[in-house]
Amino acid sequence: MNYVKSPVLDPRLPAGRARLVHALLALGAVALLIRAFYLQAVEKDFLIGKGEARYERVIEIPATRGRILDRHGEVLAVSTPVKSVWAIPEDARLTPAQQRQLARLIELDERELARRLASERDFVYLKRQISPELAERVAQLQLPGIHLANEYRRYYPAGEVTAHVLGFTGADDIGLEGIELAFQSQLAGKAGSRRVIKDRRGRIVEDVESLRPPQDGRDIVLALDTRIQYLAYARLKEAVSEHRARAGAIVVLDAKTGEVLALAGIPSFNPNKRSELAGAPLRNRAITDTYEPGSTFKPFTVALALEEGRVRFDTPIQTAPGRLSIGPATISDAHPHGLLSVAQVIQKSSNVGAAKIALDLPAEKMWAMFAALGFGKPVGIGFPGEATGRLRPWKRWRPIEQATMAYGHGISVSLLQLARAYQVFARDGDYLPLSLTRIEGTPPAGARVFSPDTAREMRKMLEMAVEAGGTAPRAQVAGYRVAGKTGTAHKLEGGAYANKYVSSFVGFAPASDPRLIVAVMIDEPSAGRYYGGEVAAPVFSQVMAQALRLYGVPPDAPAAPLKQAAMQSAREGA
Amino acid sequence: MLRVNLFLIFLVVVCALAVVTSNHRARKLTMELERTQERMRALEVEWGQLQLEQSTWATHARIEESARKALRMHAPDPKHTISLEP
Repeated sequence: MNYVKSPVLDPRLPAGRARLVHALLALGAVALLIRAFYLQAVEKDFLIGKGEARYERVIEIPATRGRILDRHGEVLAVSTPVKSVWAIPEDARLTPAQQRQLARLIELDERELARRLASERDFVYLKRQISPELAERVAQLQLPGIHLANEYRRYYPAGEVTAHVLGFTGADDIGLEGIELAFQSQLAGKAGSRRVIKDRRGRIVEDVESLRPPQDGRDIVLALDTRIQYLAYARLKEAVSEHRARAGAIVVLDAKTGEVLALAGIPSFNPNKRSELAGAPLRNRAITDTYEPGSTFKPFTVALALEEGRVRFDTPIQTAPGRLSIGPATISDAHPHGLLSVAQVIQKSSNVGAAKIALDLPAEKMWAMFAALGFGKPVGIGFPGEATGRLRPWKRWRPIEQATMAYGHGISVSLLQLARAYQVFARDGDYLPLSLTRIEGTPPAGARVFSPDTAREMRKMLEMAVEAGGTAPRAQVAGYRVAGKTGTAHKLEGGAYANKYVSSFVGFAPASDPRLIVAVMIDEPSAGRYYGGEVAAPVFSQVMAQALRLYGVPPDAPAAPLKQAAMQSAREGA
Repeated sequence: MLRVNLFLIFLVVVCALAVVTSNHRARKLTMELERTQERMRALEVEWGQLQLEQSTWATHARIEESARKALRMHAPDPKHTISLEP
């Protein structure tokens, strides 16, 4: 047997080499174990995180802003998704043709587009809030560096009719004015987020967890009635342009609940057009502006005198010769009267009569009554920028001031304050807090200022003011008994009363059981006529007539012969 | 012993396959849910837009104008109103 002595074929290895190989293998195994330990224990979290980052995504779930509805559920403000076009200027290398195409599509000036794309920043908006259809067409261009972002845009279907009540939101869907601001915290939605697993093609294949559930904003149901709101706005607008007035405001209240059924101002603005959102038209003249109320204030003074027992309904007051001097100042009537009863002082709106009644009252009592009626304090409906008006402390009143305050000068109020205070006559001596939102269930309790008897007597006097012989026969509404008071106040300009006027009318109907209160104010009518009975009363009458009809309030002064005529014409029609 | 082991291996394999299939089905269902939710959101958006459209068409100014001009309607004056006691 002669084997070839080859080391390869030698079954036994040299002992040293075998050990070396064993050692190397053991070393390798130990190295692996250490590495495995290192990965599994030390770097575990980091690696898990990295892994998840490859397939897990946190996505935002957008929440929408709540809608604003009127009392019948009609939509007054709603947010709908829109797109915004933005760009990373560095990535956006467009050919001139592409740039022109994009500029045309998003209606942006070409030079402006070029300027924005040349910007140094990493992020520029090219056009905000375009419709989803337009955005689709922009996306189809597939331009590099041009992206679309989801946003919400607020729409106001009623436009300028409800603009002053609703206010508007900024570009980021945050309320800036009006109800939008007042109810911001309730209207605003909170965006949520959740963690998901996406596959290679970007489809969501697994819901991992919900991090924050999205919270849609709450809908706000206003007390506003769109039908009456439109009526009030349209009639006021007509009157303001007919009398070439500077401005106007109107408030309609529900006398039974204290709800604000309509509130409008002229000039108005269209909240759907961002370019219009500036300047004087934004002011809500019924809530944030004050004016000297003039004669619409007389009923309060007279009511206090009745309440105090100083005068009765028919106590005679001498108003001749139509002038009254108090110290250096003189109060005068527009038309001199003569001997008037207290009721006629209201009916004819005599300044002298009201002043005489007021001078008989203690200043403190008068002040307390004005304060109890809520003058000099915000209305407290949570509207931004509510005016307080000016009611000076009684200790510093001079007799002339007390006299002028009786007919609404030397004191300033907002139209909403005045309308609210008239509730004391429309109701039986108390008034309810106003509410911009619809009241569910029973309205809150009112604050009593006068006794029911006083309120009833005042209603009678206010009805006389609207009848023939009063200052406002044009406030009449066919079929209904109406009560109200005119106001024609001189405007203060630079400390002196100028020949500019604020014409107003505040009234309610039906007088037998008042349901609605309407207050109208027209600032600086300059087409010749300026008496409240000629300028503001017709607006009151038109709005009141249609509102009563809309609400189906039964007429309390139906004319019997007319009914027959109606039957006859109905038969003829058939 | 061997038989038991084989049986257990078989069981494990079956279970593993079942896990794979149900996972797959779960993903498919999630995808479908996702699609449906997407559709729901789109419909909500459309609903909002339709509401908007309805309000725009039903603007009182528009209704008043068509009532007065196109249909020649006017508010009934009290002479032509009969009120009925309930």
